[in-house]
Amino acid sequence: MSLELKQKPLTTPPAERAGDVRFSGGRWRRTVALKGASFTMPFFAGFVVFTVVPVIMALSKSLYTAKSSGLGFGAKTVTFSGFENFDRALHDAKFWGSLWRVALFAIVVIPLIQFTSLVLALLLDSVRRRVAGKLRIAMLVPYMSPGIVATLIWIYLYSPDVGPLTPFFKLFGIDANFYSSELIWVSVGNLMAWGSIGFNMLIVYGALQAVPRDIFDSARVDGASEWRIAWSIKVPYVRRSLVLVSILGIIGTLQIFSEPLLFRSMTPETVTKDFTPIMTIYNQAFAVGDFNYAAALSIVLALVVGLVSAIFYKLTNKAPT
Amino acid sequence: MTTTVAVRRRYDDDLPAGHHPSKTSRILIWTGLVLFLIYSVAPVWFLVVSATKSQRDLYTTNGLWFADFHLFDNVRDLFTYRDSIFLRWMANTLLYGVAGTVGMTVICVACGYALAMYQFRGRGILMGCIIASFLIPGALLTIPSFLLYTRLHIVDTPWAIIVPHFFSAFSVYLAKVYAEGAVPPELLEAARVDGAGEYRAFFTIGARLMTTGSATIFLLGFVGSWNSFFGPLVFLRGEQKWTIMLGLYSWLNIKVDQSVDLTGLVIVGAIVSLIPIVALMLSMQRYWRSGITLGSLK
Repeated sequence: MSLELKQKPLTTPPAERAGDVRFSGGRWRRTVALKGASFTMPFFAGFVVFTVVPVIMALSKSLYTAKSSGLGFGAKTVTFSGFENFDRALHDAKFWGSLWRVALFAIVVIPLIQFTSLVLALLLDSVRRRVAGKLRIAMLVPYMSPGIVATLIWIYLYSPDVGPLTPFFKLFGIDANFYSSELIWVSVGNLMAWGSIGFNMLIVYGALQAVPRDIFDSARVDGASEWRIAWSIKVPYVRRSLVLVSILGIIGTLQIFSEPLLFRSMTPETVTKDFTPIMTIYNQAFAVGDFNYAAALSIVLALVVGLVSAIFYKLTNKAPT
Repeated sequence: MTTTVAVRRRYDDDLPAGHHPSKTSRILIWTGLVLFLIYSVAPVWFLVVSATKSQRDLYTTNGLWFADFHLFDNVRDLFTYRDSIFLRWMANTLLYGVAGTVGMTVICVACGYALAMYQFRGRGILMGCIIASFLIPGALLTIPSFLLYTRLHIVDTPWAIIVPHFFSAFSVYLAKVYAEGAVPPELLEAARVDGAGEYRAFFTIGARLMTTGSATIFLLGFVGSWNSFFGPLVFLRGEQKWTIMLGLYSWLNIKVDQSVDLTGLVIVGAIVSLIPIVALMLSMQRYWRSGITLGSLK
């Protein structure tokens, strides 16, 4: 990109250009538009290389199969296999198992997180703003923590060796093993809730601040209680941003990876190597070494995620973009 | 936009929206808030307390209160372990974060500015690409990106982390929204009348008016880069090139595999990686708060 900082000779007299420029000097207009477009070139060159090309590569890779000749020695031969990989993906019980596992988790956990965020935002909205501002900062500490650090903290909190949670539950006679297969999703869900409630609450709280305050006064004059005001005025006002954040949350959760991977370090028997869809794909690519099949699985997952988002947009009747 | 309204309101009514809640309501409200406050802060408190303990006390004393104070020993151990590899990871994380995010901010702010300020053929398609790429799951891209980077010979080099970070569709979107709000088209027209070229107008007017927006984009990008895990995990092999997050993960695994116990180091390492990012976000609250609200309303 050439940067011209020199003053350029005017192509049209200033008097004429000062008017409605759209109708003056068509050629000059076009040059301006072209230069404007040139600002976008670096981004779109990169976008093509790092987003479009990989998508195309995924599509083409998935149509081939690499097979080792003979007894697995010697070079692999790559042959065109059409939709064979997809056929295999559609019947891959482990992959679909991991997808259902995560989908079920997302459907339970995300609405719970949203509901809690909403309740907290309503609570925060009913105390003095100066106090709310101070509380809010402390409540955002989890959001500011890097995801890996948050996971590490909870891994140690859950740990029967160093964590205070196991002895705490023992006080009530509960023998809780947070790494067991019964509790692992509760453990991961709690970790996600810890990391995201504060942030979601901030968004809902922001939306609540935009509600015109006069409405509350009229409602009070009409004899509505504070609970009624919260339920009938505030909640409908923030419904749209709640739905939006929920959709994004479910889409994100279907792709959960680093949290279960870290839990796997502590409890490899419970968190298997194909515990979530992305873990299955990662395992296929980098442990098994079957990039073609991994690419096919990626596409299937992308389609599922796209379908889920599409259904949600349809249901809420409003695209988030 | 919401912030300005909130600031103005603070002066004419600091009263909460719920007029004067009854005593029971007030108790309920405060119980809820305090419980959540404890829930939010206690785990970090546990991390801080644990970081001050010796390895033995970690297993034998109450996790939520201090034992003998060993913080400085622990920090020294962290930074000297295996020829100061942690320091190396810190430097890497900082390098990838700064280099990647500076490039990203320049590229994405320029692009967002152009999308907001110019009408040109293909603009609609470009906007469509940006919106569509929000919907592309990262999962789809990782495997083919790995193959692409292998072909470009950048796997296991810092470039595999830095360069792809340049092109963030979300940052372009934010930049476009900021440009629409911050740069009046009349000002650009005036600059043109005065004979300034388009590039000059961008550097002397557009970029300057967008300082706040650019700072937000930089901050969010830097934090994202500092916290990233999947990218470095897939694209970096040699531990000399790792980031803090990847290093901590590898130490967590060592605890399981071998007889060496690195729990103490992981805890201190976690807090050392947490402090700069929390400090940065606290000091620049004004910026990222507007950024995330904008993002959520897109």
